Amino acid sequence: MKEHETLEQRLHEQGVSRRSFLKFCAAMATMMALPPGSATAIAAALAKVKRPSVIWLSFQECTGCTESLTRSHSPTLESMIFDMVSLDYHHTLQAASGFAAEQAREDAMKEFNGKYLLLVDGSIPLKDGGVYSTIAGRTNLDLLEEAAKGAAAIVAVGSCAAFGGIPNANPNPTGAVAVSDIIKDKPIINISGCPPIPAVITGVLAHYLTFGALPALDNLGRPKAFYGETIHDRCYRRPMYEQGKFAKTFDDEGARNGWCLYELGCKGPTTHNACATTKWNGGTGFPIEAGHGCIGCSEPKFWDAGSFYAPLPAPAADVTTVAKAAVIAGAVAAVVAGAIDRGKKTKAQQSREKLTVDDLKGE
Amino acid sequence: MEQELLLWVRGTGLQIAAAVFVIGMVYRMLHILMLGRKKSLAAPRGSEWSGGLRTMWKRSFVTTKLSARGNFTVVAGFIFHIGFFITLFFLTQHIDLFRAVLGLHWPAMPRGVIDMAAVLSIAAMVALLVHRFIDPVKRLLSDYQDYLSWILSFLPLLTGFMLLREIGFEYITLLTMHIASVELLLVIAPFTKLAHMFSTFIARWYNGAVNGFKGIEI
Ligand code: SF4
Repeated sequence: MKEHETLEQRLHEQGVSRRSFLKFCAAMATMMALPPGSATAIAAALAKVKRPSVIWLSFQECTGCTESLTRSHSPTLESMIFDMVSLDYHHTLQAASGFAAEQAREDAMKEFNGKYLLLVDGSIPLKDGGVYSTIAGRTNLDLLEEAAKGAAAIVAVGSCAAFGGIPNANPNPTGAVAVSDIIKDKPIINISGCPPIPAVITGVLAHYLTFGALPALDNLGRPKAFYGETIHDRCYRRPMYEQGKFAKTFDDEGARNGWCLYELGCKGPTTHNACATTKWNGGTGFPIEAGHGCIGCSEPKFWDAGSFYAPLPAPAADVTTVAKAAVIAGAVAAVVAGAIDRGKKTKAQQSREKLTVDDLKGE
Repeated sequence: MEQELLLWVRGTGLQIAAAVFVIGMVYRMLHILMLGRKKSLAAPRGSEWSGGLRTMWKRSFVTTKLSARGNFTVVAGFIFHIGFFITLFFLTQHIDLFRAVLGLHWPAMPRGVIDMAAVLSIAAMVALLVHRFIDPVKRLLSDYQDYLSWILSFLPLLTGFMLLREIGFEYITLLTMHIASVELLLVIAPFTKLAHMFSTFIARWYNGAVNGFKGIEI
């Protein structure tokens, strides 16, 4: 395998002008909230950088993450990412299949040992020896542990790889876990979302290539630049929330006038992601702009947090039945206690000595 | 972790709190009712029912008769209770909860009103606590239950207000703290003086009914 060329050469070959490259760098700097001068620094660093080898492992996933990343309208930041890296193994996107595909992965792992980036989407099943998801006869766990050994860093793409996602949801039949539950000795960056925003992964990779290190992460391993604020913090419907203007159905006057979707189950207040600012589909919009509340897909356990259409204050479990049973239990307890009281009272009454006229006479 | 905590207080935690609260309250209230009263052998001079019901209603308001107990306590107590009821029953988010649990809902009050009610309620509580410390009689009469009740009622109000304004912490942290504080209140309320949230009506009923029976004008 030949040593990868620099990004500048590669872009030149692809007919990408220096001007669009600089624009890309400026956009990256803005998106990651870096100081204004850093666009040139990014450009200089990126131009010189050798395109790193990327191995992409897909485990228990729905390919939605890959779909999201490839649904970019060129020439966009997202499509450029594939020019910034050399995607040496990705079983959905690569042309090779079968032994040839596995060979490509092994070659890349050997050749770029200690230097390649490992991208993972999907969760890893651990139950019953991990038999629920295998590739070329090997379990996901086995493949991940092997590929992680020589990786410079791991990027967990999507909520399944980052937090376990839907396979991990109750009752988690396959014993699915996140990458960070297995790999403890490598830097891991979680780019959560179901799917994650394409520009976020681009931003993270650009940061890595420019500074040679992962960006600042929050306590869930997510880049702060994108997951530092909640959807609610940056939502354009926020003034409606503050005024108490809530749409009651998806089709009422309020919904049509762009009122807040809180009562229709919006999880924006508890969800950290960049949808409200970075947006989707080439900047067209994000779910709330399309009239649907946020479902909280970039947070752990979002599948288990009750209905997507139940408002945040609604219980996440059945409280009504519990309360009904409690009424009966309380009533039974009271009746029993009442009977005991009455028993005591009767006994006290019976054991009372009656005062007779004779008693009084005797005084 | 934050999401898991929130999920717990919205799910299992709430189930536990609801169970303890309902069992405790139903038990205590029914138990009181079942103690009953001895049948009076005297001839009634008025109606127990109208006396009882009228007293239940009338004692909900500040009257000159009541304020003989001390104007400050009565007025501040009244403000606290009214503020508490308004925020509890007329904030959109709370109505959402009632709708989800009871299937009932009603119109919400504007945010401005809720904010004002919450601030007044919090201020009244603080003033009442200070008064309890300063007033020698009140201080002497207070035991740990009074302070416990104060803390348990104050925390939901405070965290709720902070949540509405997003003060101090992130929304998710504030929401978790708020729900948890309410659950604490629910779990402890039936077994302390806070049980008065229901028993006060039974007490008023008995008072009023006894007076009504004797023909005392209410
Ligand atoms: S629509 Fe959702 S995110 Fe937007 S203001 Fe309302 S609750 Fe917050």
